[in-house]
Amino acid sequence: MDVSVGSSTADNTAAAEGQAFVWQRKHLLGLRELSAEELNHIFDTAESFKEVSQRSVKKAPPLRGKVVVNLFFEDSTRTRSSFSLAASRLSADVLDFTVKASSVSKGETLLDTARNLEAMGIDIIVIRHSAGGAPYMLSQSIDACVVNAGDGYHEHPTQGLLDIFTIRELRGSLKGLKVAIVGDIAHSRVARSNIWGLTTLGAEVFLVGPPTLMPSAVNQLPVTVCHNFDEIVGEMDVLNMLRVQFERIGSPMFPSVREYSRLFGLTEERMTRAKKDVLVMHPGPINRGLEIESEVADGPNSTILRQVTNGLAVRMAVLFLVNQAAAME
Amino acid sequence: MTNQTIVKAEELERLVKQLAQEIANDVKDESPVVALVGVRSRGEILAQRLQALLAQNHQIHADRGTLDITLYRDDLNRAADKQPVVKTTEIDFDINDRLIVLVDDVLQTGRSTRAAMDALIDLGRPEAIRLAVLIDRGQRELPIRADYVAKTITTTDRNQKVSVHFHETDGCDEVVFGND
Repeated sequence: MDVSVGSSTADNTAAAEGQAFVWQRKHLLGLRELSAEELNHIFDTAESFKEVSQRSVKKAPPLRGKVVVNLFFEDSTRTRSSFSLAASRLSADVLDFTVKASSVSKGETLLDTARNLEAMGIDIIVIRHSAGGAPYMLSQSIDACVVNAGDGYHEHPTQGLLDIFTIRELRGSLKGLKVAIVGDIAHSRVARSNIWGLTTLGAEVFLVGPPTLMPSAVNQLPVTVCHNFDEIVGEMDVLNMLRVQFERIGSPMFPSVREYSRLFGLTEERMTRAKKDVLVMHPGPINRGLEIESEVADGPNSTILRQVTNGLAVRMAVLFLVNQAAAME
Repeated sequence: MTNQTIVKAEELERLVKQLAQEIANDVKDESPVVALVGVRSRGEILAQRLQALLAQNHQIHADRGTLDITLYRDDLNRAADKQPVVKTTEIDFDINDRLIVLVDDVLQTGRSTRAAMDALIDLGRPEAIRLAVLIDRGQRELPIRADYVAKTITTTDRNQKVSVHFHETDGCDEVVFGND
């Protein structure tokens, strides 16, 4: 694949020299409410943070003396590690607070937990919760900045940001690109964040998967729905393959594993019909041979590891920006 | 308040030449290890000009890089009407054991220079860091001084801003007095 890095540097220099954009959100709850200008501001900032990770001292001081709490009510290894490392690279102190989902079934408890943390003098809460809207509720009730690390089937904004940032980096612009999101859309917060961010920036989004795995109000989303992957695979600029969640296998709405990978998996054979320079994305962790074949996941079109690297830069940018907005209050 | 031009284009050109001369006189014995690092954004342009002059008039071929000091500023967590934008640092050579000439347009409080030195030291351990500025306008808040200065301007009014304009970013070469 011919990887040409987009020339966004020239644009952002011009923008910064002109009227200064001011980032005003002290919470990042989702991508739905962000404007194109806000999305690009996050990406421009993330681009600068990539450089910090390439130095001999992989650290910069802007969050020195600040405390970032990872408040995770659902299991997560990579998102939490990525947020921890992002906070450390900005010199914040990081507190990992993992709660077993079973012990928190009431909203009250979540708020109490957050208020207890706040009483310890924390500045930013990174929250993952099985209930959509939990980060929003938190943001309404506490003073600290709130960053959504995934809430129910609602949004996973930093994953959406890192996916879109990766496309922007490799293609320069999102405008007019055709992006397919393939798999279990109904239960995917990653898909939702991608849909909002991508369409705001002018990309065209196609949702691909069996009808049983489409959200019920899919016709209200700004997307094209397609149940036959082969029909559209040749036109796409980006294929974002969602992870099959094992707990869904065997449920009535899920085809058999073999049927799924035959119809919706990204096989080498299917890749021969895709555009030569198509970007193959996956939020990870991948199920090799299920939604994506190993040869494709490790192949020249795959951006999977680049996404992980970019995730760190994007999360650094988000933590930096929400703290800046809080400083302005 | 309107801007008042205190240095015109020809004078500015002379000042930059003079600054290159000062640097050249001082570093000529160490010229293989000299590198210029401009502080974004006007320092970057000044460093470009100095690099060209050092090569043309003094046969000193110095590497050049650009430093973004936003992450190292000491006012990031203070309320301000203007929000600093993080940009990239672009230094594509190893700064270890180099003689780094830090280049900035105006030296005033010394806070940017402090931030720039901290940012540089996170990239490695230079043999030495020197400071070159076009204008030193006094009013220091930190114990920092420049090694090479083209022009000194002393005023007592802190609100009087001295700004260097370059045609690359501002349309013309000049130094102005006023609120920019």
